Amino acid sequence: MEFSFALVWEILPQLLLATIVTVEATMVGFVLSLVFGAVLVTLMRTPSRPVRALARFVMEFFRATPLLAQLYFLFFVLPSAGIVLSPFVTGVIALGLHYGAYAAEAYRAGLESVPKGQWEAALSLNYTKLRTYLSVVLPQALPPVVPALGNIAIAMVKDTAILSAITVTELMFVANEIGSERFQYTEPVTAAAVIYLVLSLVATALIHLIDKRFRPEEAPA
Amino acid sequence: MQVVWDYRMLLLQGVWITIQVTVTATMLAIVLSLLAGLARQSNVWLLRTPATVYVELFRGTSLLAQLFWMFFVLPAFGVSMTPLLCGVLAIGLCNGAYGSEIVRGALRSVAREQREAAIALNFNRFQAFRIVVLPQAARIMTPLFGNLAIEVMKASSLVSLITLPDLTFQARNINLVHVVTAPVLIVVLLIYFAIALVISGGTRGVEHALAKGRDRLAA
Amino acid sequence: MTPIIKFEGVTKRFGQTVVLNNFDFIVAQGEKVVLIGPSGSGKSTLLRVLMTLERIDSGMVMVDGEALWFVRKGVDVEPVTESHLRHMRAKVGMVFQQFNLFPHMTALQNVASGPRYVMKKSKAEAEALAESLLRKVGLGDKLASYPARLSGGQQQRVAIARALALEPKVMLFDEVTSALDPELVGEVLDVMRALSSERALTMLIVTHQMGVARALADRVCFFEKGMMVEEGPPEQVIDDPVNPRTQSFLRAVKLT
Ligand SMILES: Nc1ncnc2c1ncn2[C@@H]1O[C@H](COP(=O)(O)OP(=O)(O)O)[C@@H](O)[C@H]1O
Ligand SMILES: [Mg+2]
Repeated sequence: MEFSFALVWEILPQLLLATIVTVEATMVGFVLSLVFGAVLVTLMRTPSRPVRALARFVMEFFRATPLLAQLYFLFFVLPSAGIVLSPFVTGVIALGLHYGAYAAEAYRAGLESVPKGQWEAALSLNYTKLRTYLSVVLPQALPPVVPALGNIAIAMVKDTAILSAITVTELMFVANEIGSERFQYTEPVTAAAVIYLVLSLVATALIHLIDKRFRPEEAPA
Repeated sequence: MQVVWDYRMLLLQGVWITIQVTVTATMLAIVLSLLAGLARQSNVWLLRTPATVYVELFRGTSLLAQLFWMFFVLPAFGVSMTPLLCGVLAIGLCNGAYGSEIVRGALRSVAREQREAAIALNFNRFQAFRIVVLPQAARIMTPLFGNLAIEVMKASSLVSLITLPDLTFQARNINLVHVVTAPVLIVVLLIYFAIALVISGGTRGVEHALAKGRDRLAA
Repeated sequence: MTPIIKFEGVTKRFGQTVVLNNFDFIVAQGEKVVLIGPSGSGKSTLLRVLMTLERIDSGMVMVDGEALWFVRKGVDVEPVTESHLRHMRAKVGMVFQQFNLFPHMTALQNVASGPRYVMKKSKAEAEALAESLLRKVGLGDKLASYPARLSGGQQQRVAIARALALEPKVMLFDEVTSALDPELVGEVLDVMRALSSERALTMLIVTHQMGVARALADRVCFFEKGMMVEEGPPEQVIDDPVNPRTQSFLRAVKLT
């Protein structure tokens, strides 16, 4: 058994095109997860107990069940309910919901890391609740959240591969397809693995840069 | 709900495979976490470097890619495994790489002063590790290994993509081949959630046993 | 006088910071020496070198007639082996400012751990010894307590018992009462005072409390920037210091 670099070279354009889909799915999924996470964490801080409990359950439930099973749920049940979406859209919604639960947890930890004294200081200055969030709490809560969100993005890059199960033509799907067409899995699957490695290294470096900007002690004066 | 009852045998078979994969892959992941975590802390180059390569490689590539690689590519090199072995190995290896960070962090979090107290008592290195560092690190690691076990359980769903009829496989199959049904999918998700609850309950039990009479770790 | 500790031209640096500079120091067997001096002057480092928690850059340290850290091999100086360090550690015990008890062990297990694992005594024997030591420091009723359940003063007494259990020839105390609430200092001092009546035991005590120095010291050494500025009996160094730097340090200490 030999590894053919010629074959890798031949299929590379297809794989790179598929990589674009992977990157798109990651980016859209990530934005959705940030939004959904924010919604969840807001609901977890509402005065209504049942709403809080429900939001908390949703967060726990989405984190404790497999992305693939959630994906199948959306893929099979939405159309039968009359909602017809492309596999790509279904896939990024699943990513957004699954990782949104993780984002909510990250936000929650960030908000809880702001000392109670800060709330009391804002209160003593007669700030409104919104003003307190915007000027006092969020600026302190956000920097520690950045690395956690970064980890979500990195995990998501790799989990986009799971969207191949519902025929999203991302990297893993295309690699698999090439493999089954040619009865030759070694090169496409290995090349795909290397591309994932590169993607997550790039994502890691990017997040490192962003994280640095967000650190108060290193922010430009 | 009738439809769930109709497919109960398939679903139960699926649960059994999911549990098998989860339990064995979790054990493998924890063993690998400890080995790699310790090796990465070592000052022996020959231990540290392979461990680092292992961790970076398995954390950097997608688990599904690893799974497909073992399932499709390894046979081309003459290594053939059953889908079950393939799934357990890939999931165990990948999560062992993540888990090594847990071990590393826990070992580091045992204060330097504790190691110094062990030296002052003339413990040798192995004793210092076994008697002082490990019990304290174990307490920090336990809840994190519980989370790792839940991640493994979630990852076990990917074995459905290499033909293993686990819970997720059955969920897809029933919907694809038989009828499209929300109740089956909901029940499947609830079963996963229940397994996760059992795992976190068990983890808390272990934590409780490790805590014994002490209220907190001394500074 | 038999010297039990001997520093000869010892230099110790942390990066650019020279903590001990060509330092000489001798302690006689059974002597109780109190080291005083401003923060950052190198007192802890001196003790940590003796406990082998810090290695030195050059010079010789002798403990009980044997080299610590380096041995002379002909004209060369070579670092000692790990097994030699363990042999030397058996002669020295240390008590830390932050107690450093093992949080997952009871008071009894903390004290028994040395006899059990290092001296290889049986469990029963180690625990009997630990119990008698804990009684000696007034903690006979706290054998089964975990450190988290003990006050600072109690924890520090357990730590002293734990170090004593290995029967060291030299005991090092690094600001052992500094982390304690004032009302708990006395109980630890009482233990140390009782200990100081053991003639064979050499004690090296770092403290900021002049009362400790007066109560325990055969000799007080004022230490500054890694140098011995002044030394002598407590009456002289504390009450009638000659060196102006000692005088100003003591004035500052007495104010607090
Ligand atoms: N691990 C270390 N790394 C770098 N510098 C250190 C370290 N330990 C001590 N020092 C420095 O060595 C000097 C002496 O410290 P120390 O022996 O702790 O003084 P003291 O106990 O008299 O307050 C100080 O300047 C301190 O900052
Ligand atoms: Mg000090």
